[in-house]
Amino acid sequence: MNVLEIRDLGVDYLSGTGAVHAVSGVSLDLRRGEILGLAGESGSGKSTLANAVARLLRPPASITSGSVVYRRQDGSAVDVLGLGRNDLRAFRWKELAVVFQSAMNSLNPVITVGAQIDDVLRIHAPRMSRAERTERSVELLQRVGISADRRRSYPHELSGGMRQRAAIAIALALNPEIIIMDEPTTALDVVVQRDILAEIKALREEYGFAVVFITHDLSLLMEISDRIAIMYAGRVVETGTAKALHRTPRHPYTLGLLRSFPRLRGAREELLGIPGTPPDLRSPPPGCAFHPRCAMAFDACSRTLPVLTSEADGEVACLLNDGRGVS
Amino acid sequence: MNILEGRDLTKHFTAARGPRGRFGKRPPVRAVEDVSIALRAGAVTALVGESGCGKSTVARLLAQVYPPTSGEVLLRGEPVRAHRGAAFREYRRQVQLIFQDPFASLNPFHRVRYHLARPLRLHGHARTDAEEREQVAELLERVSLTPVEQFMDKMPHELSGGQRQRVAIARALAVRPVALIADEPVSMLDVSIRLGVLRLLEGLARENDLALLYITHDIASARYFAEDITVMYAGRLIESGPSEELTQSPRHPYTRLLLESAPDPDRVAAPEGRRHGEPPSLIDPPGGCRFHPRCPVALPVCSTEVPGRTELGEGHWTHCWQAEATLAR
Repeated sequence: MNVLEIRDLGVDYLSGTGAVHAVSGVSLDLRRGEILGLAGESGSGKSTLANAVARLLRPPASITSGSVVYRRQDGSAVDVLGLGRNDLRAFRWKELAVVFQSAMNSLNPVITVGAQIDDVLRIHAPRMSRAERTERSVELLQRVGISADRRRSYPHELSGGMRQRAAIAIALALNPEIIIMDEPTTALDVVVQRDILAEIKALREEYGFAVVFITHDLSLLMEISDRIAIMYAGRVVETGTAKALHRTPRHPYTLGLLRSFPRLRGAREELLGIPGTPPDLRSPPPGCAFHPRCAMAFDACSRTLPVLTSEADGEVACLLNDGRGVS
Repeated sequence: MNILEGRDLTKHFTAARGPRGRFGKRPPVRAVEDVSIALRAGAVTALVGESGCGKSTVARLLAQVYPPTSGEVLLRGEPVRAHRGAAFREYRRQVQLIFQDPFASLNPFHRVRYHLARPLRLHGHARTDAEEREQVAELLERVSLTPVEQFMDKMPHELSGGQRQRVAIARALAVRPVALIADEPVSMLDVSIRLGVLRLLEGLARENDLALLYITHDIASARYFAEDITVMYAGRLIESGPSEELTQSPRHPYTRLLLESAPDPDRVAAPEGRRHGEPPSLIDPPGGCRFHPRCPVALPVCSTEVPGRTELGEGHWTHCWQAEATLAR
């Protein structure tokens, strides 16, 4: 059962030297209650995709094609890209919430954490009384591991990890169906990151929301996600369950990423990495955008654009082996 | 042979703002305490720790950016104190720094050629235009920015993050240093680019007999690129040893926590979901071992006395009362 369906989405950034095709032809499903990992290097379009879905894009970005459909539990569908101002306000926080990378920038520095949760409740749930809102704020903070007396703290009085927890608490305030997390742990230390990931998983079990988890750290995604989508140069090049991607990556780019990570355990395997640099999106290479860096590329790769093809446990966009990718 | 060495380095910073304590004095931030670290020629040494643990302060102390509160820095066994003037310039010719952010460390108004030519001229390695050109080309060649003619006249904004970091490395090499301190050199780069830059640094250290200090929060990359790893926590060293030994059989509970927390798709069982807390404030750090409030195996002595160094053989040592107790038994 899908909660979000993205079809053929395209986003351009208009610039003086031509349009940058940040996202092109992306189709992706988010299932109810799953954690979908979105991985890719900087400039691969993963944040742009997330912002497009949350309707957070501003000029010079513009959506050039495609549709985003949100499905409620009762089966009714919402065209996210067509929402007007008031509907959009009702849609955000209640149905879809966003947690950004740097909680220092997403929290208001001159308002206490408790007041910021209260704000969201006051605007989006006007029927709640003041006492109810306070009760809910305390409950939310405690749920993410912040003691109730911290409600009166300003963001700068909290550590990085606590701020990120507070941002998650705000996202949870109205029990949304979808939470988009854009690099929520990138600025944090590994130990704190580990705790926050455990928290996200526990909260998901409890509330049953779906998560789009965006990061460049593939090894982290492999641990937390149910399914993973890999983006390269604005397109989804592979999707699959975390297990399948780890065991049998099909796209040469995924394979390259996996071989770029130093391992902590076991033999010190040789790291191969990926040669070259990501392409300039103003003039992406013809055919498969990855072909100039791909060791397995052949003639057709520079001419034909591979399309996502369904496989046993995922999809891949690669011309190798008749569109089945690396076998 | 130890090229660059820090002995019992301690650095306290005084906060410029904030509440005053008793007697109207502001309490110092105890950023680094009793840190000793040695860099060998042709070898990569890693310094690993979380943000705020003092690893960058150690880098700056070794680079003489500011003087230590106590302790000393030794270059080829000779104590040095060179914070300004000609002595500092002479020191900078031997010890160079590479920073985390290649977008901030290059001047956006100058071409690659200028960035590389300036240290060559200032330190007297190039006197004529022809010499300068030749040496700039050679530097670019060494960091694999080829074809060199093409890169020489580029502006920083025309380069990718990885290429910029290579220019920063070439600039550091221009003065022909004996020691290189790289402070999180790849954390801002994409995963697929990191490997190439680390390989380059490793190769340069080996070929030119450079002593390289690799400062990072990523213990997995330290395992691959450094011979030795030293782990820091809240301003103190807690464990050090050959990288394979340290990552495969860590002795300090914090090193274990760090290793357990690192993302690892090969992990068989998910680690326990207990909360681990956060590092302490360095204005008022916990007494004894600074890790004891978060330590799962803390002893009563841990909160009162700082553990001494326990030698575990083959260059592996740790500061932990548990290790001391195990060894005594």
